[in-house]
Amino acid sequence: MSSEKKKQTVQTTGHAWDGDIQEFNNPLPNWWLWGFYATVVFAVIYWILFPTFPIGNTYTKGIMNDITYTTADGKEKTSHWTTRALLMKEMQEAREKQKPFIDKINKSSYKQIATSKEQSAFAYSAAKVLFADNCAGCHQTGGAGVMGMYPNLADDAWLWGGSYEQIEASISKGRKGSMPGFKTRLSNAELNQVSEYVLKLSGHKVNAAQAIKGKAIFEGTGGCAACHTSAGTGQFAMGSANLTDKIWTVANVPAAAAISDKRAAIRKVIASGINRDMPAWNGRLTDADIKMLSFYVHQLSGGK
Amino acid sequence: MAEELFQKRIPVIPRSVSGRFRTLKTSILILAYGVYYLLPWLRWERQSGPEQAVLFDIVARKFYLFDLVVYAQDIFWLAGLLVIAAFVLFFVTSIAGRVFCGYFCFQTLWTDVFVFIERLVQGERNARIKLINAPPSFEKTFKLALTRLLWFVVALITGLSFTLYWGDAPELLMQMLQGDAPFPAYATTLFLTVTTFVMAGMAREQVCTYMCPYSRFQGVMYDQDTLIVAYDEERGEGKNGRWKPIKGLLKREDRQAKGYGDCIDCGYCVQACPVGIDIRNGMQYQCISCALCIDACNTIMDSIKYPRGLIRYSSDQQLHGRHWSWVKWKNLGYSLAILLVTGLLIWSITTRVLSEFRVQQIRQPLYVTLSDGTIQNRYELKLTNKHDTTQRYGIGLRGLPDAVLDVGHFEEIELKAGESVQLQVRVKLMPDTRPEKIRHFNFVLLNQREDPKLAIRQKAQFYLP
Repeated sequence: MSSEKKKQTVQTTGHAWDGDIQEFNNPLPNWWLWGFYATVVFAVIYWILFPTFPIGNTYTKGIMNDITYTTADGKEKTSHWTTRALLMKEMQEAREKQKPFIDKINKSSYKQIATSKEQSAFAYSAAKVLFADNCAGCHQTGGAGVMGMYPNLADDAWLWGGSYEQIEASISKGRKGSMPGFKTRLSNAELNQVSEYVLKLSGHKVNAAQAIKGKAIFEGTGGCAACHTSAGTGQFAMGSANLTDKIWTVANVPAAAAISDKRAAIRKVIASGINRDMPAWNGRLTDADIKMLSFYVHQLSGGK
Repeated sequence: MAEELFQKRIPVIPRSVSGRFRTLKTSILILAYGVYYLLPWLRWERQSGPEQAVLFDIVARKFYLFDLVVYAQDIFWLAGLLVIAAFVLFFVTSIAGRVFCGYFCFQTLWTDVFVFIERLVQGERNARIKLINAPPSFEKTFKLALTRLLWFVVALITGLSFTLYWGDAPELLMQMLQGDAPFPAYATTLFLTVTTFVMAGMAREQVCTYMCPYSRFQGVMYDQDTLIVAYDEERGEGKNGRWKPIKGLLKREDRQAKGYGDCIDCGYCVQACPVGIDIRNGMQYQCISCALCIDACNTIMDSIKYPRGLIRYSSDQQLHGRHWSWVKWKNLGYSLAILLVTGLLIWSITTRVLSEFRVQQIRQPLYVTLSDGTIQNRYELKLTNKHDTTQRYGIGLRGLPDAVLDVGHFEEIELKAGESVQLQVRVKLMPDTRPEKIRHFNFVLLNQREDPKLAIRQKAQFYLP
């Protein structure tokens, strides 16, 4: 290495103000400068290839019109580069991968799905997502339901039947659960008596005299038995609840501690009635989706 | 011109030697290369699975090592293996210095082969130096190009062999030749080809000197008893230092009488050194303990009929005539750790359970009341059959009397070798008078071929309202 001392003076631009104020010339390092030029070149290439500038209410599309995908309803589309088109393409690829499994589900009976390791695993995991997207909004995650509003799907009490086929019918066609209010038809005393009888049906200890009167109203003048049957077990055809089991979907009997509060809860339902509406899903979900969902809902409780 | 911050590399052009250590190194090299290049081609018979003895199947998450199949969940064995490797390294380094670097490290092995190729094409050290300094000519270009071509072939085979461990070797090779192999196969091969070429062909000793972390921290394991490749300064230098064997200084007795040491300053040890140091300057951090200078010096000592061992494996203690022993707490501790971890690893591998069973409670909802008042909890079970044959399983409950297990249609689960299944099961229990809201019990996995006592238990909890 040369031992000569380096020149320490810095070059100036040659400009001078007020006689003696000079400007140092410290140019950018070359690597930095060339890096900057490279980004400029990159940007220009990017403008040509990709969507870039807004023009009025449209924008430059770029020349990469090369993303072709098929939508869920079978239409083929070609798009310039967008992340949405990329997603659609990915979704199309995912659908193609799922297709053999879906085809198998479509061809199989519920029994075949339930006895096959592969099919039940596929149906369960697919329906878990479908359930979360479409059903959990009302029925809650895991089908726990909301007391008084949306039935619990994880227990074994079924308003409209718990077989695979009945569950499928409930999902695809929807259900309208309707019980009229009785406060105009029954007097206060009668309402109390019927409530007492309904409590007795599910095995609670009640005032026997009141319950006998209630039974008469239940089976006779009140007309309750028309839907709930004279035994109180309900009918799947009408979606009328089984009043003899331990499960309550509208009147929150288990939450009330005192027997009088339990009766009051029942009385309230009898007085005002209940209207529940489950929408039909056959237009919104595919047959395979509904089939897998039916399997999933059946699996939650074990069905009936 | 700015001043240079670093000294430019002085190319190391090692001269070949022969001797005891060279033979040992060559044998290790042939063995290591043989294993590395041929292992992917070794076929192995299995009841199920690929026919390759050693195969790392990333897609199926299974590592096949002869009769052992390592699943992803067994990966902690790798930790055991690494711990053993680390302690063996510590142990050996503490006793005999950088044995790994000198004899086993792939950087040393591959550099060795690349230097061999260099010598094959360009000749011995002197010829190589002459060639490098020669003016451009056809011969120079041809020889340098041929050397690099051969390097590239070795590098390519090295990269390819590594890739073949990750797939069925014959099939993957055919795919790669036809251009049908997956991208990672090409990328891996290219990466290893390039790194092999650069590291063994061009970077060489700089890898050990500047890049390798082992070479630096191995120093802290040294002590005065550690064997190092050492120059016997007392014998070599005498009172008046080393001197050429000129007239009057040929015989050992004459030299000793005049106060000169045994070193005749021939420079062979320096020329033979693959990292370009002079061992006579004492212990240096660049030294990889390859012992080639020992062979070089012994060759000269034999030829002039001086006793061998002017450069030899020795320790600081021995060189200064003090008592030397490798038995000390540090080394005993290392060997104890090696035995312990090896024992644990062997125990873990030999007692591994070939049926895997996991239980997870479905917590949404945690429990549900059924129409007859019983409480139902749901669980997700995961079964994996790690046997190499089809197995039949059943699931049962222990420790939750009166509970009913509902497994749907899977009373009997048949799983092929390596197959997994996920099941949702329901457990029903009539609430009793006991106050505990949480009941602890076990799921058991019954393998119908095995003794029920060997059933695998998994803890679970049952929640009551």
